[in-house]
Amino acid sequence: MNKQTTTNTIFGGLLCLAAITSPCSQAADWRQFRGTSTDSIAIGETLPTELSGDAIAWQSELPGRGLSGPIIVGDQVIVTASSGYYDNRLHIISMDVATGEQGWERQFQATGRTVAHPKMCVATPTPATDGERIYAFYSSNDLICTDLDGNLQWYRGLGAEFPNASNSLGMSSSPVVIDSTVIAQVESDAESFAIGVDILSGETKWKLDRPRKANWSSPAILPSKGNRPTVALLQSSAGLSAVDPETGAELWTFADGASTIPSTTVSDGKIIVPSNGLTILQPSEDGTSFESVRNAKGARPGTPSPLVMNGLMFYVNRSGVLSAASLETGKRLWQLRLHGKFSSTPVASNGHLFFFSEKGMATVVHPTEEGGEVVSQLDLTETILCSPAAADNALYIRSDGHLWKLADRK
Amino acid sequence: MSRILFTVVVTGSCLMPAARADKSAIETLQSIHGTTGSDSARESVTRIVSGGISNLIPLLNGFEEATPLGSNWLRSAFETIAAQESQEDRLLPADDLATFILDTTNAPAARRLAYEWLLKQDADVEQKLIPGLLEDPHPDFRRDAVALLIEQAEESDDAAGHQLYRKALKGAVHDDQVKTIAAALEAAGDPVDLQKHFGFLPDWKVIGPFDNKDMKGYAVAYPPESSIDLNTTYDGQLGKVSWEDISTDDGYGIVSIAEQIENYKGSLMYAMTTFRSATDRDVEFRLGTPNAWKLWVNGEMVFEREEYHRSTRMDQYRIPVSLVSGDNTILLKVCQNEQEESWAQDYQYQLRVSDSSGAAILPAGENNE
Repeated sequence: MNKQTTTNTIFGGLLCLAAITSPCSQAADWRQFRGTSTDSIAIGETLPTELSGDAIAWQSELPGRGLSGPIIVGDQVIVTASSGYYDNRLHIISMDVATGEQGWERQFQATGRTVAHPKMCVATPTPATDGERIYAFYSSNDLICTDLDGNLQWYRGLGAEFPNASNSLGMSSSPVVIDSTVIAQVESDAESFAIGVDILSGETKWKLDRPRKANWSSPAILPSKGNRPTVALLQSSAGLSAVDPETGAELWTFADGASTIPSTTVSDGKIIVPSNGLTILQPSEDGTSFESVRNAKGARPGTPSPLVMNGLMFYVNRSGVLSAASLETGKRLWQLRLHGKFSSTPVASNGHLFFFSEKGMATVVHPTEEGGEVVSQLDLTETILCSPAAADNALYIRSDGHLWKLADRK
Repeated sequence: MSRILFTVVVTGSCLMPAARADKSAIETLQSIHGTTGSDSARESVTRIVSGGISNLIPLLNGFEEATPLGSNWLRSAFETIAAQESQEDRLLPADDLATFILDTTNAPAARRLAYEWLLKQDADVEQKLIPGLLEDPHPDFRRDAVALLIEQAEESDDAAGHQLYRKALKGAVHDDQVKTIAAALEAAGDPVDLQKHFGFLPDWKVIGPFDNKDMKGYAVAYPPESSIDLNTTYDGQLGKVSWEDISTDDGYGIVSIAEQIENYKGSLMYAMTTFRSATDRDVEFRLGTPNAWKLWVNGEMVFEREEYHRSTRMDQYRIPVSLVSGDNTILLKVCQNEQEESWAQDYQYQLRVSDSSGAAILPAGENNE
C-alpha cells in the first residue's frame, strides 16, 4: 500500500464517517413533529408535486387510531397508534421505508387517563427520535423509549406520577429531542408542567411548572448560532418561554399570550409565535433576551402551525383559507381557499407547499409573492388529522386505518 | 425410521430442562415504578429473552404482582420472545397458553396478552375460548363474547334472539354494546334498566349553593367537608341552605343541578349518598362531570380535580376506592364557574360503582338484572 493509497483510504473513511455523523446524513430523517428542525421544512428533498394515484408508492394498514404523524429514521417509518374500547392500548409500529412492510410492533397498556374528545385519541402526539432511540408519547402521558429494534429502554408513566395533569379533551403536545434531553409539555387546567428527561436513563433532568391552562401546542427548537445556544421554545396561553434543554432554566419569556393550539415555528433565527395574530421575535445574539420585531395582526392560524418558506409566512385558518404574509413586513400578500378544513400542519419543500385536509385531500400549492397556485390534488378518501413526514423525496401520511408513502414514480 | 425419530423427539423433550424462569429477573421487572430502574430492567429483559419460550408462562404469571410499569416491561419481554418465535416459524405453547387464559384467577391483562398471541397462530381459538368468557374479569373478553352473542341473536328468530340478547346483557360492560342490546330488547317489549345495569347511584341529598365566584370556592372547606349533619342549616351563597333530597331517573344516572335545581353561576354544591357494601372490597368509582369536583369516601378525600367544561362522559374518571362492609358515606363537591358560552352551562354529575371490568356493583341486597 503506497502513501497515496493510504491517504485516499483515510480520506475515504473520513468521508464515510462524516456522512454518518453530519447533519447532511440526517436530511433523510424526519425526526419529530414538523421535522428534525421543527420548522416543517424538508430541506434537500424533492417531494412529488404531481399527485395522482400513481404517486402512492405503498399503503399499509395500521392497527389503531392516531393523530400522531409518522417519523422517519434511517430505513424505518415509525408510527404510533392507540386502540381498544377505552383507547388504552398503545402501539409503536416500525415499517420499511421502501416497501411499507411491518418490521416490528410493540404494544403497551396506558398507565394514565385515556379519555379524549371523539375527534382525538390517545395516539395524538407525534413520536420523536434521536436517530438511535424512539420516544413515543401519548395523551395518557405515557412516555416510552425503545431502541430502533423495538426493545424497551425505559418507560415513564407521567400520567400515573402526576394524575391530575390530564385534559378530558385529550392532550396533543408532541415531544422534541435536543441533544441528550427529550422534552415534553404536559399542560392542563388542573396541573401543568414541562419535563426534560434523560434520553438514556429516562430519569428526570428537570421539571418546570407551567401555566395551569389546557395547552395543545408543541415545543419548537431554536438552533444555536454563534454565541446563542440551542433552546427549547415552550408556548402556552401565557406566551413563550425559551428554555435551556439541559437544565430547564428559563432564559427569557415573552408574556403577551399565545395560542394553545397552533405552535411556534422558527425561520433563519427568527421566532414566529401564534400570538396577537403572528408575532415575530428576534432573539439576542447571546440568547438571553429577545426583541419583538413585528406583528401580522390579521393572521388567524387555525389548528395547523404556521411555517416560513422563502421569506413568506404561510398559515391556514379554520375555514381552510391559506394566507401568505411577508416575514419582513408582516403584511398579508394573498389568500387562497383550499378545500375543506385542516388539522394537519403542511410541509414545505422544493418551492411547494403540501397540505392534507381533514377529509383526506392532498393538495400541492406552488406559492410566489404574487399568489398561490394549486398544482395537483389527490383524494386519499380517509380522515387525515396528522401532519406528514418528508424524507427520501417522499411524503408519508397516515389516517386512522392506513399509512401512505407518496413519491414521484417516474 | 419414523419410530427412531419419534423416540429422539420424545427423549429430547424429556431431556430439555424444565422451564426454569429467571425468577429474579422477572421480580426486577415486576417492581419497576417511578423514574428509576431502567438499567436493571433492560438487563433483566435480555436475560429473560435469552431464555426463550420457556419464559413465556412465567412472564405471564409475573403480571399478578407487577406494578403498572412492571406489567409493561413484562409485556415487552413476552412480545419480544413471541415475535422471535413467530419469525422462526415456531409455534407458541398453545395448550399452556389456553390453560393460562381459562384460569380467571390469573391477571386479566396477562390472560388477554396470551389470548391475542394465541389467536395469531390459531384463528379457531376465538370460537373455542371466547363463549366461555362472557362474565370475565377482563372487559375485552366480555366484549368479544357479547359480540358473538349479538351476532347470533341477529341471525336468530325472535324468541331465541331475545334469550341471546338477555344472555349478552349479563356480560356487556361497554356502552355501545349495551345500547345495541337494550334497543333490541326494548323493541321486543323487554326494556332494560340501564341505571341498574351500570350501577349508577340515583338517590342523593344535596346542599347549596355555596359561593364559588372567581372559582375561589373550590379551595374553601365549607362545613359539609368537616361533618355531615343532615339536620343542620348553613349560610350559603344566597341565604340559609339545608340538605334536600334529589334523585334522577336518567338511564345514565345524570343528576343535573342546572336543570333539577338551578344553574347558579359561580357556585358549588355538595351531594351526599351512602352505599351499602356486603363486604370489605376494592371497587372503582366511575364519575362523569364537566365541573370541578372533590370526592370523599367515609370522610377521606379520594381525588379532586379543578377542570371546568372540558366535556363530560360516562366513566370520565375512574377512581379506585376501598369500601368497608356496611354503609359507606360518599360526599361529592361539584363546582360551577361563570363561563357564559353555551357549551359551558352544564352543572351535573353521574357516579357509578363497578369492578375493574366495568361491571356494576350494586348495593348489598340488590341484584343485577
